[in-house]
Amino acid sequence: MTGRFDNGSFDRIVRRAREKWDALQSGQCPVILVGTATCGRSAGSLEVLEAFREETARRGLDCRLVEVGCIGLCYAEPIVSIAKPSGPTVFYSGVTAEMAVELVESYLAGDDPLPDYALGTTGSGTIDGIPELYQTPVFVGQVRRTLRNCGFIDPSEIDHCIAGGGYTGLVNALETGAERTIDEVKASGLRGRGGAGFPTWRKWLFCREAPGDEKYMVCNADEGDPGAFMNRSLLEGDPHALLEGMVIAGYAIGAGHGYIYCRAEYPLALERLRLALQQAEEYGLLGDDILGSGFDFHIKIKEGAGAFVCGEETALIASIEGQRGMPRPRPPFPAVSGLWGKPTIINNVETLASVSLILQNGADWFAEYGTEQSKGTKTFALVGKVKRTGLVEVPLGITLRKMIFDIGGGTLDDKPLKAVQTGGPSGGCIPASLLDTPVDYDSLGAAGSIMGSGGMVVMDDETCMVDFARYFLDFAQKESCGECVPCRLGTKQLLNILEDITAGKGRPEDIDLLVELGEAIKQGSLCGLGQTAPNPVLTTIRYFRDEYLEHILEHRCPAVDCRALIRFVIDEQLCIGCTACAKVCPTGAISGEKKEPHTIDQEKCIKCHACYEACRPAAVQKSS
Amino acid sequence: MNDRLESVFSSFEGGAGELIPILQAVQAEFGYLPEQAMVETARFARVPQSRVYAVATFYAQFRFTPIGRTHVMLCRGTACHVRGAPRILEEVERHLGIKEGETSEDLEYSLETVACIGACGLSPCLMTNKKVEAKLTPKKVKKLFAARRTEGGRE
Repeated sequence: MTGRFDNGSFDRIVRRAREKWDALQSGQCPVILVGTATCGRSAGSLEVLEAFREETARRGLDCRLVEVGCIGLCYAEPIVSIAKPSGPTVFYSGVTAEMAVELVESYLAGDDPLPDYALGTTGSGTIDGIPELYQTPVFVGQVRRTLRNCGFIDPSEIDHCIAGGGYTGLVNALETGAERTIDEVKASGLRGRGGAGFPTWRKWLFCREAPGDEKYMVCNADEGDPGAFMNRSLLEGDPHALLEGMVIAGYAIGAGHGYIYCRAEYPLALERLRLALQQAEEYGLLGDDILGSGFDFHIKIKEGAGAFVCGEETALIASIEGQRGMPRPRPPFPAVSGLWGKPTIINNVETLASVSLILQNGADWFAEYGTEQSKGTKTFALVGKVKRTGLVEVPLGITLRKMIFDIGGGTLDDKPLKAVQTGGPSGGCIPASLLDTPVDYDSLGAAGSIMGSGGMVVMDDETCMVDFARYFLDFAQKESCGECVPCRLGTKQLLNILEDITAGKGRPEDIDLLVELGEAIKQGSLCGLGQTAPNPVLTTIRYFRDEYLEHILEHRCPAVDCRALIRFVIDEQLCIGCTACAKVCPTGAISGEKKEPHTIDQEKCIKCHACYEACRPAAVQKSS
Repeated sequence: MNDRLESVFSSFEGGAGELIPILQAVQAEFGYLPEQAMVETARFARVPQSRVYAVATFYAQFRFTPIGRTHVMLCRGTACHVRGAPRILEEVERHLGIKEGETSEDLEYSLETVACIGACGLSPCLMTNKKVEAKLTPKKVKKLFAARRTEGGRE
């Protein structure tokens, strides 16, 4: 197969791509990049894009306006960068349509870069009053490899990706052959980025050695964990990173067909993926006889239909086959008998994007970062009660404290940090006392949680840990496919008990019962969903038993969060009688004369928080 | 209905493996899965009707009743939950005059909650016909659905 391979055709593709990229970079007109991924759009970036378009046209200014993915700073969206032919690129945060007009006037038509609006600069040269972007706290601890292109290239232009080294990993794989490709991935120490952390090469080798002519390569882009969006961001910002990894994986295991199983809730990611597939086919990087190597590989996209359990390998396979997404017992493992009964490999989006990087730059380069057992970098969705929410990429082994305080800037309003949740509904809560835990597969496991796909939710002292466990059990119980009894009935029972406790109806023996039941569900469930569903309960009991006890014994919620256990009162000293609370109260529970202190009728109060949020002098107070 | 169904089916080969994409296309055409369309889908995909029903009821995406012109999907993801999504849901319910999972009688609005939209960095958020609205507050919800209230939504 490799004998016929001639990379001359690829050289021509690269040359063309570089010419196109250089023309954009070294042109004589300014280049404006607007981040229009889902998060940018929800913050209003399409309006900003339009404002730039209109204002530059109105003034007759020559410039290139490019839509890009997101650089991961959700808190600062919409983000725009402006590169003038001389000088560094300036990144602006929180850009509005009005600011766009101002920037065109001051910086594009004039010479004032408006440092007050700027986040930082990249490239050569500096500007007074603007820091270098990569020296700002949010970037200093990060190593952006998988995300390197997101926010810097046009995701709808395959040439931008190729100009930066895209698809050279595929060429290297085709040149060295399948066995050595697997060896390279083995040497890199890459473990699955979807959650379980199984060595990628080992899975591949099982499948390669499994008998059968027909094999399948499946990418799990269903990203079902609530609180996580690493895959969405990558698919929207750099879809070819996944496609390249997928073709390499297909080649390594000997598959002719691949499926990308992507959730329907990601319309933009799907749109960008479809376009990327079409472009890769046109360039001969996908389809029959890839780059003249004799290797055929075709990819189809399957839209998920909204079932969390389909993140489980065998359930995902059932779903692609057009069945209910119910898992089946393993063995046989999918690597031996998977889709349509054929050997099948299922890898996560980030795993495959890492494969592209390993084949482009080598195993040693990849393993530069990380720990003994957890190599490389990993992306995380840092969200919840943290100042700088966003998508970060860090070397494995970094501590939770560094991630939350150095990169994330600490908690909102500097409230005391209570816990951080990793691994989504399958993971656990790690308390503030363990913030120096290194973020790697084994340390997080030892703390009772898991690495998971990369969700990291920060909680402060206003989050009730019992309610948080209830929230996850509510999720697990709704998403349980119902096939095996421990999961179907067990999660329901766990949920019932937790609902009782948050309603102030808990019994002292409930805590032991939750632990006993949780352990039984872990042991008895058929698939990963049930085996991990009790984790949020077990870890919160392990680290926050006191909070459970206060709910049960004293009928109070220390976080003042559980609705049944809190009450709202108006402080007469602080109330100015402005009637704002009475106006917003949906049940008419608040009474009082104008300019006189008001009172809340506890019988009528539904604890909706409307008055609490409307009160300017903070006279409405809640207690438990 | 048959003409519309035939045109939906024309882009498929009719294998059992295509069942989910076919149902997705049918729902994209009609906004929901009408009973007759499911019967026809079974015939076209050459599977028992029970199989079509089993698959359609398993996945959260499929609906069996018509949907409102504005489809509101409120995120109940973890980040949104921590930043107050339950209260935002109540606020939306109050403004639209419908509960989670319901469609208004005039077919103007449908309200659903979904596991996660993936805009966690800007939580809490919701989606109206594929457009994401982020960093929601009760005030923002009020503004977003102001039109509904003047049209006579329940207070």
